[in-house]
Amino acid sequence: MATAERILTDEMVAAIKAYFPRYPTLQAVTLPALHIVNERLRMVPLQAVVEIAELLNLAPAEVQDTLSFYGFFKQDAPHGEHRAWVCRSVSCALRGGDEVLEHVCHAAGVSPGGTTPDGKLTVEFAECLGACEFAPCILVGKRVVKNVTKESAEALVKELRGSAGSNGHT
Amino acid sequence: MPKFEPVLLANIGKPDSYTLKVYEAGGGYGALRKVLAEMTPVALIDFIKSSNLRGRGGAGFPTGLKWSFLPKDHPGPIYMCINADESEPGTFNNRLLMEDDPHQVIEGTILSCFATRATTAYIYLRYEYPTSLERLQSAIDECYAAGYLGKNILGSDFSLDIYLHRGAAAYICGEETGLIESLEGKRAWPRIKPPFPAVEGVFRKPTVVNNIETVSCVTQIVNRGVEWFKSIGVPSDPKNPRDPGSYGPKLYCISGHVNTPGCYEAPLGITCRELIEEYGGGVWKGRKGKAAIPGGISMGLLTEAEFDTPLDFAGPGRVGCLGLGTAAVVVMDETTSMIDFLHNSCRFFAHESCGQCTPCREGTAWSLSMMDRIKAGKGRLKDLELLLEIGDSIGIMPGTTICGLADGAAWPIKNAIRKFRGEFEEYIKRTNPTGYQVTDAVSALPILALH
Repeated sequence: MATAERILTDEMVAAIKAYFPRYPTLQAVTLPALHIVNERLRMVPLQAVVEIAELLNLAPAEVQDTLSFYGFFKQDAPHGEHRAWVCRSVSCALRGGDEVLEHVCHAAGVSPGGTTPDGKLTVEFAECLGACEFAPCILVGKRVVKNVTKESAEALVKELRGSAGSNGHT
Repeated sequence: MPKFEPVLLANIGKPDSYTLKVYEAGGGYGALRKVLAEMTPVALIDFIKSSNLRGRGGAGFPTGLKWSFLPKDHPGPIYMCINADESEPGTFNNRLLMEDDPHQVIEGTILSCFATRATTAYIYLRYEYPTSLERLQSAIDECYAAGYLGKNILGSDFSLDIYLHRGAAAYICGEETGLIESLEGKRAWPRIKPPFPAVEGVFRKPTVVNNIETVSCVTQIVNRGVEWFKSIGVPSDPKNPRDPGSYGPKLYCISGHVNTPGCYEAPLGITCRELIEEYGGGVWKGRKGKAAIPGGISMGLLTEAEFDTPLDFAGPGRVGCLGLGTAAVVVMDETTSMIDFLHNSCRFFAHESCGQCTPCREGTAWSLSMMDRIKAGKGRLKDLELLLEIGDSIGIMPGTTICGLADGAAWPIKNAIRKFRGEFEEYIKRTNPTGYQVTDAVSALPILALH
């Protein structure tokens, strides 16, 4: 089997190593390392897991075990330039959150978790985003889209598909 | 309008409220200066103990007592973990504090570390709060530059580092030992207690886990005194020497079917009805209320007839709820279907169960399958008994799970079905007129395949 090409760039490795002094164990850097890779690649492929494990002096299975616990890090394909989290928990649901998720999915032509073919947008359902005073709401990057309606959901999808995301940090 | 003068929220709404400049202009870091000049760690623990401050994160455990469980004369290190995972559906008070008054949080964290002799604090912040991340990090940076953090804080022999640690969207990380496991880089599976974190916590060292609002209260108690704190809220029950009472101001979140959802500060013990009317602007669209979650979805349900329940640490329990929880009230109007509510609740817990304990993993998943079936018009009256059997058998209280997530999953099931049984029965009979009486085991697979 050919040696897989390295995925972690020098910049990523340096960013991960900058976390080392914060914790008494290297394993504690697992989650920061996964975020660092995910912010740049919009995914954490298995080869990155192997390389993170090497950096942190862990078995790859330990990193993979932690990664797979959180439904957050994609491994097979990157998420879109934008990742929209549509809240479906109780405060939003009482004000139409489930319908908003349907509208967003319909407008984007994907199911929850899916990415538009142009790679611009991934639609996710979220459990409580903690912005219940603005229900129903959507989180995209650092932005909370408040009191979403069918019309504003459709407009949001249009806007996101027409604009470039800065990085995977969404 | 409400008469209570906000203290925890006093800065919120001021321009640039999140900057050190504005915080200091309002007397910020005065509490820290005072403590460093006048108090020992033990004295600060006793001071907070005497205030009867109870944790604001959900369990309501007395904060000073928690601190005093740390081993005496431990060579260290001792760790402080600040629980900023929030995540309980309906709850956003911590977000407000972190976004708009991060220095109040940081000052409280520094004070709590001084009391517990912790030299490193980790703020475990949920992924969903990017603005909190930004504001807290810039507040921490300002503190290092101003000498409030780092080596020899303000010339004292007390040193402290605070680090932000970002989660990855998992509710269970708000459970204190789940948080610890996640911080260590592992899956967030809660630990069996004892040992309690005070004895063996993160990195196998003594650890205190405190909530964001709790440490903010510490700042205010130092500023204003124990008498001020105990002049607010509900006193201890004189007949119960072990009741710490419900003292102090509390941040109540109100959302759902009200006119003015938001986070409001009120004395502990305000009733649910007062909160809805005086702060929430009343039930929306001129409708009547039907039910309310008293403190995050885990706490169960109040019926409209129970809206006069005081929202202190003891109140919701008296009407069959799990407790005060996060004091996040979610109001449902008279048009709300309790079947839809319970389906939503079961879906949440089935998604967020960490999978470690079988009764919780299977119980939450099967309760969702049954609610799917009921909602789809294939429910049987027997399903209500099965749901209640799950509700009565999963959790710390019946003794079948490691952490309280399952109790939180069980309570909405038990409260919804027991308090609104007629509605459930009527729905099942109406939507499944030919099959509602069936009691045979359901051939699950073909039916589930429909969904």
